[in-house]
Amino acid sequence: MSARERILSKLRAKMPSTVAEQPDVAGWFATHRVVESAADKASRFRACIELAHAEVHAVTPANWLTTLREILRAKGLDQILVSEETTHGSAVLDEFPAQGIACQVYDMAIEAWKTEMFNATPASLTAARAAIAETGTLILWPDAAEPRLMSLVPPVHFVLLDAGKIYNTFFEAMQAEGWANGLPTNSLLISGPSKTADIQQTLAYGAHGPKELVVLMLTEDEQ
Amino acid sequence: MSEHILEFKPAEGFRARSKAVVDNPFLRQSFRGAMDFLMSKRAAQFPDSEELESLRTLGESIRQYNLAKLPTLLVQLEENLSRNGIQVHWAETPDEANAIILGICHAQHAKLMVKGKSMVSEEIELNHAAEAAGIGALESDMGEYIVQLAGEKPSHIIMPAIHKTKEEIARLFADKVEGVDYTDNVDALIQIGRNVLRQKFLEADIGLSGVNFAVAETGTLCLVENEGNGRMCTTAPPVHIAITGIEKIVEKLEHIPPLLSLLTRSATGQNISTYFNMISSPRKAGEKDGPSEVHLVLLDNGRSQAYADEQLRKTLQCIRCGACMNHCPVYTRIGGHAYGTTYPGPIGKIISPHMLGLEATSTMATASSLCGACGEVCPVKIPIPELLMRLREEAFTAPHADPAMVGQGAGYSWLMTSVWKGWAAVYRSPSLYGLATWLGSRFSWLMPSKQGAWTSVRVPLKPAPKRLRDMLKERGE
Repeated sequence: MSARERILSKLRAKMPSTVAEQPDVAGWFATHRVVESAADKASRFRACIELAHAEVHAVTPANWLTTLREILRAKGLDQILVSEETTHGSAVLDEFPAQGIACQVYDMAIEAWKTEMFNATPASLTAARAAIAETGTLILWPDAAEPRLMSLVPPVHFVLLDAGKIYNTFFEAMQAEGWANGLPTNSLLISGPSKTADIQQTLAYGAHGPKELVVLMLTEDEQ
Repeated sequence: MSEHILEFKPAEGFRARSKAVVDNPFLRQSFRGAMDFLMSKRAAQFPDSEELESLRTLGESIRQYNLAKLPTLLVQLEENLSRNGIQVHWAETPDEANAIILGICHAQHAKLMVKGKSMVSEEIELNHAAEAAGIGALESDMGEYIVQLAGEKPSHIIMPAIHKTKEEIARLFADKVEGVDYTDNVDALIQIGRNVLRQKFLEADIGLSGVNFAVAETGTLCLVENEGNGRMCTTAPPVHIAITGIEKIVEKLEHIPPLLSLLTRSATGQNISTYFNMISSPRKAGEKDGPSEVHLVLLDNGRSQAYADEQLRKTLQCIRCGACMNHCPVYTRIGGHAYGTTYPGPIGKIISPHMLGLEATSTMATASSLCGACGEVCPVKIPIPELLMRLREEAFTAPHADPAMVGQGAGYSWLMTSVWKGWAAVYRSPSLYGLATWLGSRFSWLMPSKQGAWTSVRVPLKPAPKRLRDMLKERGE
C-alpha cells in the first residue's frame, strides 16, 4: 500500500458519519460588513492602504502619465519597466523615452534576463484588476503581458487602479467575479509595500519585495 | 540515501531549559515585551466583541466542516491540483517527506534551495536532510534567516527570532555576513538581509514554501506573508515545492476570507497581511515567469492519529496564528526553545504528542496553569485547556489495550497512582478522613523539614496541632 492509500484509509476509517452543515459565510458577511457607495469605498481603500505605507495619487485619464512622470522624477528614477502589450504600457512607451525616461519591456521569458531584472530594474508599472476597500488591498492577476515578477522584484512598484473597481470585501470580490470557477496561474492580494517586524518588533519596509508601492487611482475627468 | 533520524526528546531537559530562561532577566524582559506588544496589537484589531465571537464561531464551523470531510477533500484537492499541472506527493513520516523533496532536488541537479517560512519543513528537519544530501537550504524569511545564521531554531511560529535583540542580530551579521560592519539600525540590518537573499533568489534552483490554506474546489495553494520572500520562493526559481500538513485544506474558496481575516488579525494584529499569494498552476505556455514545475507534499506525521479521536481531532482545526503562545503565561516566561519541539506554546503542547509520541512528550501537557487564555483567544475555538487535560490523562493513566495515542501511559507510575487512589479514598470517607487528620495532628512532628521544591522558597508545611472539627466541637457547634 502506498503512503497515499495508508493515510486515506486511516482517515476514512474514522471519518464522522454525519454530514456537517455547510458554514454560512455569505450570511456572516451580510450581517457584519457594510456595503458602501463608490466614493466611500474609494476613501476607505485609500485610508487603509496609506496606513500600510503605500502612496496614493488621484489621477485622471488625461493626467496620469504626467503624474507618473513627476513622481518618477521626484524619486530620482529615470527608468521604468512596462508591458508593451497593455494600453497603459504602450502609452508610457510612446511618451517617456522622448522625455528622458528609459523604458524596459518584459518581452521575453525571465531566464533570458533574470540578472537584469534583479539588479538593474528600479521601477515597474502594472495594472490592478480591482481592489478591496475593507483592508486597503489591490487585486492583481499577473499574466503573460504583466508577469508575476513585475510586481515583486523592482524596488518601486506603480499600480494603476480604476477607482470604479473597488469591492467592499475580499468575499464580495471573489463572489462577484466567480473565482470559484477557476483561478489563473497566480492571483495576488497586495496591501502595501513589502515589510517585516522580525527584528525586535520594529517595522521596516522593503524586506524582499518593493520598498515603495505607489497607487495611481484613476477616476474619470471631472466635467 | 542516508536515513535522517529526528532527535526530539522534549521531556528530557524541559525543566533545565525553562530554568535557564527564567534565570535570565534579559530574555524574560524581551519575551514579556514582545508578548505584550502582540497582545495589544491583536486586541486593537477586535474592538467589537460580538464581531470577534461570531467570526470565531464561523471560523470554528469552517474548520470542523472541512475536517469532517477531510479524506474526500484530499482526493478532490489532488484531482484539481493534478488537472492544473501541480504534482501531488503523499508522506506518512518526516523521512518520507524528506526523501520526496530530495528526490525532486536530485532530478533537477539542484545545489541551492531557498525556503519561505514553513513550519512543516522545520517539523521534518528538512535543512539537515538537505545538507546531508549536499544541497544548500537557505531560509529567506528575515526572522528565519537570522536564527539559521545563529545556528538556532525558531522560538515562535510567526516571529522566529523573537528571542533576539537587535544588538545580538547586529553582532551576528557583523560576524557572519561577509563585508558587513556592525550596525544596530533595524532598517540597515533588513537591507543587509535583503541584499544577501536577493542574490540567492536569483541563483536558487528550488523554492520551497509552506501552505496556509489549500483550496480543494479550485486546486489552489494559498500563502500569507508580509516580506515578499514567499512570493520570491514560489516565483523566481525554476521549481517550487510546497509542503503542508494534511489538515490545512478547505473545500471552498469562500471559506478563505473569514479564515484569512482571523489569521492575520490574531497573529500580528494586521487587518490583512501585505501579500496573499494564490498559486493554482505552474507556468503555462506563453507565460514569461514562474516555476515550470510545482509540487505539493502532503504530510501526515501523526495527524491521522489526532483525527481518529473526536476530541483530539479539534487539534487539527489550528490555522497556526500563534495567538495561544502570545497569550500564554508559561510561554511568556520560558520562551519557545524551552519546549524542545518545533511547535512551542499551547498549540505545541497539544500537537507535538501526536507527532513525537507521548514517551517523548509526556510532561508537556503538565506545563500549564490551565488558566484558559489560549482557548479564549483561539480564532477557531480549539478547546486547548480541555485537550491538555485529556493529554495528561492519556500520559499518566495505566497503559491499556487499544490506546488513542502512541505512548499512552508513558508517564504512568504505580506508586503515584496508588498514592492518589489512597488520597481519593480518604477524602471520600468521613471516618477515614477523621482518622487521617487525627494522625496528622498527633504526629505533625514527624513532618520532614525539607519538603522538596516547596521548601526551596517557603517554610515547611506542618499539620495544625488541633483539627478543625475539634476546634468546632470546643466552640460547641
